[in-house]
Amino acid sequence: MVFKRKDLLGTRDLTADEIRNLLASANSFLEIAERPLKKVPALRGKTVVNLFYEPSTRTRTSFEIAAKRLSADAINMSASTSSVVKGESLLDTVDNIQAMAPDIIVVRHRHVGAAHLIAGHIRASVVNAGDGANEHPTQALLDLLTISQHKSLESGLKVAIIGDIAHSRVARSNIWALTTLGITVRVCAPPTMLPREMEKIAGVEVCRTPEEALEGVDVVMMLRIQLERQDKLLFPSIRDYARIFGLNRQRLALAKADAIVMHPGPMNRGVEITSEVADSDRAVILNQVSNGVALRMAVLFLLGGQGS
Amino acid sequence: MSEKNSILLKNGRLLDPGAGREGRYDILVEEGRIKKVASEISSPGVATLDVADCWVMPGAIDLHVHLREPGFEYKETILSGARAAVAGGFTSIACMANTSPVNDNSSVTRFILEQALAAPARVLPVAAISREMRGETLVEMGDLVEAGAVAFSDDGKTVPNSKLLRHALEYASLFGRPLLCHCQDNALFADGVVHEGLVSAAHGLRGIPCLAEEIDIARTIMLAEYLGVPVHICHLSTRGGVELVRAAKLRGVRVSAEVTPHHLFLDERAVADLSYSEDLDQRYRPAQLVYNTNTKMSPPLRSAADVEAVRQGLADGTIDAVATDHAPHEATEKAVEYDLAPFGVIGLETALSLVLHLVDEGLLSPLQMVERLSLNPAHILNLDDRGTLEPGMAADITVIDPDAEWVVDPEKFYSRARNTPFAGWRLKGRVVKTLVSGRVVFPFDG
Repeated sequence: MVFKRKDLLGTRDLTADEIRNLLASANSFLEIAERPLKKVPALRGKTVVNLFYEPSTRTRTSFEIAAKRLSADAINMSASTSSVVKGESLLDTVDNIQAMAPDIIVVRHRHVGAAHLIAGHIRASVVNAGDGANEHPTQALLDLLTISQHKSLESGLKVAIIGDIAHSRVARSNIWALTTLGITVRVCAPPTMLPREMEKIAGVEVCRTPEEALEGVDVVMMLRIQLERQDKLLFPSIRDYARIFGLNRQRLALAKADAIVMHPGPMNRGVEITSEVADSDRAVILNQVSNGVALRMAVLFLLGGQGS
Repeated sequence: MSEKNSILLKNGRLLDPGAGREGRYDILVEEGRIKKVASEISSPGVATLDVADCWVMPGAIDLHVHLREPGFEYKETILSGARAAVAGGFTSIACMANTSPVNDNSSVTRFILEQALAAPARVLPVAAISREMRGETLVEMGDLVEAGAVAFSDDGKTVPNSKLLRHALEYASLFGRPLLCHCQDNALFADGVVHEGLVSAAHGLRGIPCLAEEIDIARTIMLAEYLGVPVHICHLSTRGGVELVRAAKLRGVRVSAEVTPHHLFLDERAVADLSYSEDLDQRYRPAQLVYNTNTKMSPPLRSAADVEAVRQGLADGTIDAVATDHAPHEATEKAVEYDLAPFGVIGLETALSLVLHLVDEGLLSPLQMVERLSLNPAHILNLDDRGTLEPGMAADITVIDPDAEWVVDPEKFYSRARNTPFAGWRLKGRVVKTLVSGRVVFPFDG
């Protein structure tokens, strides 16, 4: 299987075939986690740099485990301050990394397009692990992998994405990937966190209330609400948000009886999702995390294996 | 003025809406001023310039440039900016006050004019409205006008305090000097970087709503209307803004407005993909991602509907002038994350060809083009010796080959900066000669 790209920057420009190939490849890596010796030599001698400009535990760890299970050398660089504060430009930083000849750079950055800027500038492959509110392609792909384990992707699925759509790269990457596969996407957010002209983007359906969005869906994706948004006047209080937009058992009952519940983590229990729902057998939140490692192995393998 | 400033332009097609002339005319220039305009002039002993097949117009006047000197000479200098101007057919350029130090006192104004002595274009300093452009206290307007300030503007910022803006309008009217208002509601603008619309929704870039501009345009117009004084609105970019100005003009408010070439030719989609196709598909899906920071400016590139509205506004006269908002930045300053790039693009060397394109499209007649580029800007700044080529006026003349095709190559700019969104564009129509005070200042080799 060949992935004819140097980089994975987003799901927006992936074709349906590319997405299916990535999922198939991820499927083949799933069983490695079941082995007593969880390692294959696929990327032996390759260097993967995790360049994280934003704090992240889950995604960085997931990429690191994925790289190590492929026998790549994984190096973590966390830049806690932005390049501006350090006085070095982003491109100068990556020039320095490039000088150490890595094969793949996994980058997370608070600004939209940072991964694209890097990718256009250096030889190494770049994986976007989140650029501002723009894209987080491996999250969307692992979400698709998770959905595919419970539902047929070809069966006219309906997915509801509920929460802070405006600031969510998870939402955007999912919207592009899901709609490319012909899956119906409904979005629902407080009006202050719903981008203007959202209804013109990729044919999503915009719902005013969570009840409307949940009606008859196969998949529910709840987004993390960032509590600091309250300071920016985007919602009056956590309590109010939880009451109107939180997923609880009553609301979930509006979805199909076999609907699954997803969350990209980390969860605010009792805010966007009640513990009752998060810990129920409908929730596949921890499967998402397990799938993340296999999906990222597939991505690193397809990008890093091209030269050999 | 020496004999060098006497010249006879023969056989050109004169476009002079101020004089009501359009057609083949000869123009005799003596001592830097227009001496005579007639269908056939012979003047032995005077240098003759045959401009057959060319368009001849009063020199273009740019109401809105940033020359960066003093303080940011690495981006542009008065000399390099003025060279870019005459290469682009502009003979007078009004330079904004946001230098370092800010042009908020007469010594800075005098410094600019002193530097401009070596420049090929006329440089018209625009002084700040408020000291340090902080929006707190008025500059010494009388002193600044005496030193040579032609207008007042806190461009790049609004004047949030309506009382201060009121008093600035009142005080400036004493000197017959306009305020050039950058209209922006700061709270709504917030930390936005692109138009709030398709691109902000699709790419998660923070949006700047049209409303941020329109609310402040409404406020500015209301103040001017209440006071009965003139006011000029900078870089109009939205449909709502055009409608506000149109309605105000109908009511008799003394408001004028400008639009930039980039707001006439590019919409928000240029942010993500410079090679976007023309179809206005409701289901927007960018094919390729290019977060080109040379599409970042304030106000931002708006929607396709807004572009259509400012074009209509320019055509029907609601918008009086095309001004470049030439905003030079160094390449490394723009080679950063989109959020972090400074606002602004350059325009002096591409503007005229782009406006000629509007003539080609049939949106403007050739005479209307000259109104928007020269006559109206001269009126707005009360420059009574420019904007037309009547006898006695300054011999500031732009000669254009309307058929010359060229490709925009930023490496060939005379500006120090390269930050244009039009790199690679194939344009038609080009400046062949620029004269200031009857002297050929472009091409530079004579």
